[in-house]
Amino acid sequence: MLSALFFYLFAIMCVGAAFMVIATKNPVHAVLFLILAFFNAAGLFVLLGAEFLAMILIVVYVGAVLVLFLFVVMMLDVDFAELRAGFLKYLPVGALVGLLLLVELIFVVGAWVTAPMLVSDAPTPNMSTVNNTQALGEILYTRYVYLFESAALILLVAMIGTIVLTLHHKRDVRRQSIAAQVGRTRDAAVEVVEVETGKGLK
Amino acid sequence: MAEFWTHYGLPTFLIVAHSVAMIVALLIVIAFTLLADRKIWAAVQMRRGPNVVGPFGLWQSFADLIKFMLKEVIIPAGANKCLFLMAPILTAGLAISAWAVIPVTKGWAVADINVGVLYIFAVSSLQVYGVIMAGWASNSKYAFLAALRSAAQMVSYEVSIGFVIITALLCAGSLNLTDIVEAQDRGLGMFGWYWLPLLPMFVIYFISMLAETNRPPFDLLEAESELVAGYMVEYSSAPYMLFMLGEYVSILLLCGLGTVLFLGGWLPPFEVVPFTWIPGVLWFVLKVGFLFFLVSMVKAMVPRYRYDQLMRLGWKVFLPLSLAAVVVVAAVLRLWQYGF
Repeated sequence: MLSALFFYLFAIMCVGAAFMVIATKNPVHAVLFLILAFFNAAGLFVLLGAEFLAMILIVVYVGAVLVLFLFVVMMLDVDFAELRAGFLKYLPVGALVGLLLLVELIFVVGAWVTAPMLVSDAPTPNMSTVNNTQALGEILYTRYVYLFESAALILLVAMIGTIVLTLHHKRDVRRQSIAAQVGRTRDAAVEVVEVETGKGLK
Repeated sequence: MAEFWTHYGLPTFLIVAHSVAMIVALLIVIAFTLLADRKIWAAVQMRRGPNVVGPFGLWQSFADLIKFMLKEVIIPAGANKCLFLMAPILTAGLAISAWAVIPVTKGWAVADINVGVLYIFAVSSLQVYGVIMAGWASNSKYAFLAALRSAAQMVSYEVSIGFVIITALLCAGSLNLTDIVEAQDRGLGMFGWYWLPLLPMFVIYFISMLAETNRPPFDLLEAESELVAGYMVEYSSAPYMLFMLGEYVSILLLCGLGTVLFLGGWLPPFEVVPFTWIPGVLWFVLKVGFLFFLVSMVKAMVPRYRYDQLMRLGWKVFLPLSLAAVVVVAAVLRLWQYGF
């Protein structure tokens, strides 16, 4: 079917883009390839029938997180010849770390067990009557509402923390006060004076 | 072979035919929208506007098209050629692809998907990449600074537009654009549409729409009188035209989305005979045209915002207002048990 074709298209593009993220020399290109990878992952989500997750992936990651990423990377002035100079020197250590991670991943995947409690009474709504946005909402705001709310609270704390860290109120700076500007009347702003010749204003 | 045709050929052909029909219709509308924009602007300033090519200057946009196509594409030295050319294609392509889910009349959407609103939101959040890529790939200080400036602007107003859209979604109870229009069909004609109960949100939507598409009074992107021409300063001929095209397509897109969310899509304004005879497509086009007329008038009448004022309006006024509106609308709906 058509969806099989699209699966291979998205999958190949996704893997290819992910490879290019680490293979490309220019960091801006790397971020753009990362965007392409995310975009194709969203396509795979759509093929799975999880269109809500796909759209959220694009809105949150591609539309917001990676924009900031790109901003930062564009501002950096990185000399890549210098970074690549020590490639052979660091290769053994890097390969060791990579190997360790690979082995750990294999162990995790091999020993993967789903908690029996989740399998037995996880409420799966009838997908023929509700669409998956609704199904997701129903489970997220009932069964997992505390986890969901606490995640939101953590984000709020992080946000307030950043604002507190970066906000410096300088006292001597003149700030714009919209209310004062709008509230200004003609009498306070303009004065009509009769000026006599040779006298000038006092 | 016959199976191949029914499984692969026919669906592909249908999708392609739908899309091509939509794009052609859209581009023709855009050509005359551009002219209308210039004519309205001229009329406000008591000028005639374009009036040389064709009767009343009707073919002006097509003449401009030919002019743009025949000019030389100049790629600045030191520019990243691939990204430089990709940015305008991305901008125009994304803007056009968002139209896939807009229901022009009942059943007339290229893709009537469940998460239509989110799709539009996703595509419009991608649009910022066209700007950033163009600014960066141009290898020019002016273009780069302008790209940062306008990317910040687009990202800021996306937040408030998102909350405004959520209020309309709460009332309709669906993310599907067709369902949203049908939820506004309450036998009251134009007084049943969401612009009335959500009037403050509609106003915020309209203003955010101007900022999101970098229209005056928020056109700090171009601001040709003081900030050269923004991120497109290095562009010429066809790539520049693609930027212009993308800009106008996304203006019309947000007008279309506003029509669907607040002005009842293809529904007639009064549920009586002469109005119900007119086909839904025409109502849709008229409403989009009305919104575009407002956008155009704002351009002619309002002076440009200062950048800090723009940010203040987005983050300190619209964001809290729209966030509060989400809470209020949700509470009201909950209390009335969805009988709004």
